[in-house]
Amino acid sequence: MADVTLQNLVKTFDTVEAVRGIDLSIPNNEFVVLVGPSGCGKSTVLRMIAGLEDVTGGDIRIGDERVNDVPPKDRNIAMVFQNYALYPHMTVAQNMSFGLRLRKVAKSEIRDKVQRAADILGIAELLDRRPRELSGGQRQRVAMGRAIVRDPEVFLFDEPLSNLDAKLRGQMRIEIQRLHQQLRTTTVYVTHDQVEAMTLADRVVVMNAGRIEQAGTPDEVYHRPRTRFVAGFMGSPAMNFLDCQITEENGRTVARLAAGPALPLPAEQAARARSYTGKKLVAGLRPENIREAAGHDGANSSGVPHDVSIDIVEPLGRETIVYFRLGDATLCARVGTEVHPSAGEQTSLVFHPDRLHLIDPETDLVL
Amino acid sequence: MRVLPPLLRRKPAVAVLMCVPLFALILGLVAYPFFHALFLATLNKAETAFVGLDNFTFLFGRQTFWMVVRQSLLFALVAVVFKALIGLAAAHAINTIPTKGQRKWRGMMLIPWVIPPALSTLGWWWLFEPTYSAINWGLTKFAMPAVPWLSDTFWARFSIILVNVWVGAPFFLIMYLAALKSIPGELYEAAEMDGAGPWQKFFFITLPMIRNIIAITTLFSIIVTLANFDIVRVLTQGGPLNTTHLFATYAFRVGIESGDIPLGASVSLFMFPMLAILAFIILRNVRRRAASLA
Amino acid sequence: MTAIPFKTAPSLRSNRRWALIAAYACLGIFVVFFLFPPYYMLVTSLKTNAEIAELASNPWIVTDGVTLGHYEHLLTESSFPRFFLNTTIVTVIVVAITMVISVLAAYSLARLRFWGSGVLATGVFLTYLVPDTLLFIPLFKIVGWLGLLDTYWSLVLVYPTLTVPFCTWIMIGYFGSIPRELDEAALIDGANHMQMLLKVFIPVALPGLIAATIFAFTVAWANFLYPLAYIYSESEMVLTVGTVTTLIKGDVFHWGGLMAGALLAAAPPVILYAFLMDYYIAGLTSGATKG
Ligand SMILES: Nc1ncnc2c1ncn2[C@@H]1O[C@H](COP(=O)(O)OP(=O)(O)OP(=O)(O)O)[C@@H](O)[C@H]1O
Ligand SMILES: [Mg+2]
Repeated sequence: MADVTLQNLVKTFDTVEAVRGIDLSIPNNEFVVLVGPSGCGKSTVLRMIAGLEDVTGGDIRIGDERVNDVPPKDRNIAMVFQNYALYPHMTVAQNMSFGLRLRKVAKSEIRDKVQRAADILGIAELLDRRPRELSGGQRQRVAMGRAIVRDPEVFLFDEPLSNLDAKLRGQMRIEIQRLHQQLRTTTVYVTHDQVEAMTLADRVVVMNAGRIEQAGTPDEVYHRPRTRFVAGFMGSPAMNFLDCQITEENGRTVARLAAGPALPLPAEQAARARSYTGKKLVAGLRPENIREAAGHDGANSSGVPHDVSIDIVEPLGRETIVYFRLGDATLCARVGTEVHPSAGEQTSLVFHPDRLHLIDPETDLVL
Repeated sequence: MRVLPPLLRRKPAVAVLMCVPLFALILGLVAYPFFHALFLATLNKAETAFVGLDNFTFLFGRQTFWMVVRQSLLFALVAVVFKALIGLAAAHAINTIPTKGQRKWRGMMLIPWVIPPALSTLGWWWLFEPTYSAINWGLTKFAMPAVPWLSDTFWARFSIILVNVWVGAPFFLIMYLAALKSIPGELYEAAEMDGAGPWQKFFFITLPMIRNIIAITTLFSIIVTLANFDIVRVLTQGGPLNTTHLFATYAFRVGIESGDIPLGASVSLFMFPMLAILAFIILRNVRRRAASLA
Repeated sequence: MTAIPFKTAPSLRSNRRWALIAAYACLGIFVVFFLFPPYYMLVTSLKTNAEIAELASNPWIVTDGVTLGHYEHLLTESSFPRFFLNTTIVTVIVVAITMVISVLAAYSLARLRFWGSGVLATGVFLTYLVPDTLLFIPLFKIVGWLGLLDTYWSLVLVYPTLTVPFCTWIMIGYFGSIPRELDEAALIDGANHMQMLLKVFIPVALPGLIAATIFAFTVAWANFLYPLAYIYSESEMVLTVGTVTTLIKGDVFHWGGLMAGALLAAAPPVILYAFLMDYYIAGLTSGATKG
């Protein structure tokens, strides 16, 4: 096991700057998830760690060693690919043991390791099958088994679950979590899926356009995003962004939303926002912080009710998502299932300022 | 952990090494002979003196040579047209019947293409034998006149084309069948809902969808047919009176049998411009196809 | 609405039936056309010379008793076994050389890419289009210089020019269709180039390898021009030339033996196809359809 350090890592393909200077230090045993929009360079970073892409600039260290020029097989890493990349002509056991056989590990040791990995993943009875005789989830397990038997210092996953259906993805997610608790191997995991990022990660690294926007625990990136990008990227449905103006009213610092209510800021926010008084900022408010008016849970005390006209209603069973217009902006709110506003209806929604994020439009940083 | 010296880790060194045998083969046994042929074509019969373009002017002055040119072109065009038509018809017929039986029919129809042509032509030769011709036996049974298959100019040309069509049609069959199978069935279903009949489906869906394969296969077959040797060599040896010679058999006759190597090389080389043009068109087609798939 | 009879269904069905009948009729005619020559060769090879010479009898069937005499004569009293042996030697060596050259080159061209690799790939395709009849005369000189004239080693030398380009081309196609992640997985598993080729690429592209092998086999087995031009001694001849040139001479009435020889000489490629036809067709058509 080892820690992984990336220092000012840069990668350029011909003309495309895929990775533009990444600094990240991953301590031993940590499970790091790289998320970001398509094309932001997640896979490229992962592939550089694996040694599948040459490094244009900067350093990669695994343990104490600078591995920029070390070929993949000598980096002691294992990788799980999106489409599994199982050798179609080998059985499951042969697939899992290929790396060990190339390294001339003793036969009995190989058998033990394969057996153990197969037991961990519950694929012991599949060992003699070929990949085409397996279901998607089983292939996924074999791909992970192939990584486990190598007993590597670092696991690399590139969107390993994205080819599975939603239900299986949920199961495998739990499986990966269990696996990491058991093996504690340092892991770098790339995904598009926020739920995967939030549930699996010790630390989430949000990337955008070849750079790291924010690295932090799932809670941090969700509740305390540092930039407008992170605020908008994490969470689904995405955070609402609205122009607002900071004013002082009745001795309180208030964010007056464009064409919307004026939200009194909590003390901490107010302290930070005070210097922007009279200026335009962007307010970010998550859908779950705009709720229905019926104050059955008693938490509405700090909220500000506002009358809106509902555009679209999406009942999801556990909750209902409603879209409404506020001036030019379309906003989204999560409401309970007890109330059923219907499209076109005028209703009162309550805006909760305690989770309001204020963003300086000039720097795109959250205050 | 081991750090490899950068040069060994770089792919090109290995890559080039792996291509060396191929490169040597192309260079030594294709490119070099080609230039050597150009050189040979400028020598006299004894290969002792440089004669410039005399071999070509000599050929251009000969009736026989122009006859060979005409025959080769006629042979290639007529044979390819019939191969293409028969191949298309057979592929279409196979594609119409239930999938279960298709393999069997296809297998039977490929047999002419599997037998080495020099050997199957021997069978045809026997079928065309003046006295014993089994085809003529059949014709006379139906009160038709016996045909002088190989001794009359028209029928000799007819015969070599017939045999070439017989040998080559299965190739078209395979190509077209693969192309037909690559057309998604939904297209036909959609066309049917739009009210298209069988002919309309063929002209508005099938043909446009396999146009490219038809083009590539046809061009390719023109090259192979133009360069044909085996059939004429076994069936007529160019006769009667040189009226069935093709470039290749004529080149063999002058170059190897009559021992005038420079003249033979000149005859062979005469195919080159035509082949080059065809190859150019094929390459463009293949490239365009590859680009449209990418 | 209700007045309009719903009449497309029966006409559709009868349309389909007619199409099917027409297709089978068409196939029947084609099969007769394609198969009657080999059938006639077989019939002739089983007849006695007396029956072959008999003009009045039906040539399409054996009426006077089946004989294997022609085959027996061929195998015991002619050079045919020698031809068979020579052909086998030449073909096996050529196939081996071809596969080594083209698999190495195809792996390199499909995966490694280097300066000039695109040009070389195009060159491979163009050489594939060069027919044997274009260069047989200069090759005659080269074979002569190397002292290989009138030996079957001349064929071992020149046949690869016919087989390697196409085999390389289809192997490039097959290797190219292997997903890149598979190489990367093997790379991480610790495979070097040779292990990658032998343990991953070749097994995965086995159908392509089989197709290429059959192609090389057929070309080497069937070529007629080169042996006709370069070989004169009976002891060095291969099947095509031996059958066409030597079996005709000598005998008073040679047709039975000639047909038997042609059929026996054609048997190996035909048998090979019978078992591996699907691989070969897939390989052949992928070359054209994948481009
Ligand atoms: N081999 C390559 N050659 C040229 N450009 C490349 C190559 N690989 C990646 N890129 C470019 O680098 C950028 C980052 O690609 P990368 O695959 O790392 O994105 P990603 O974050 O993994 O996206 P996704 O979520 O879609 O997988 C993209 O703009 C991509 O087009
Ligand atoms: Mg990616």
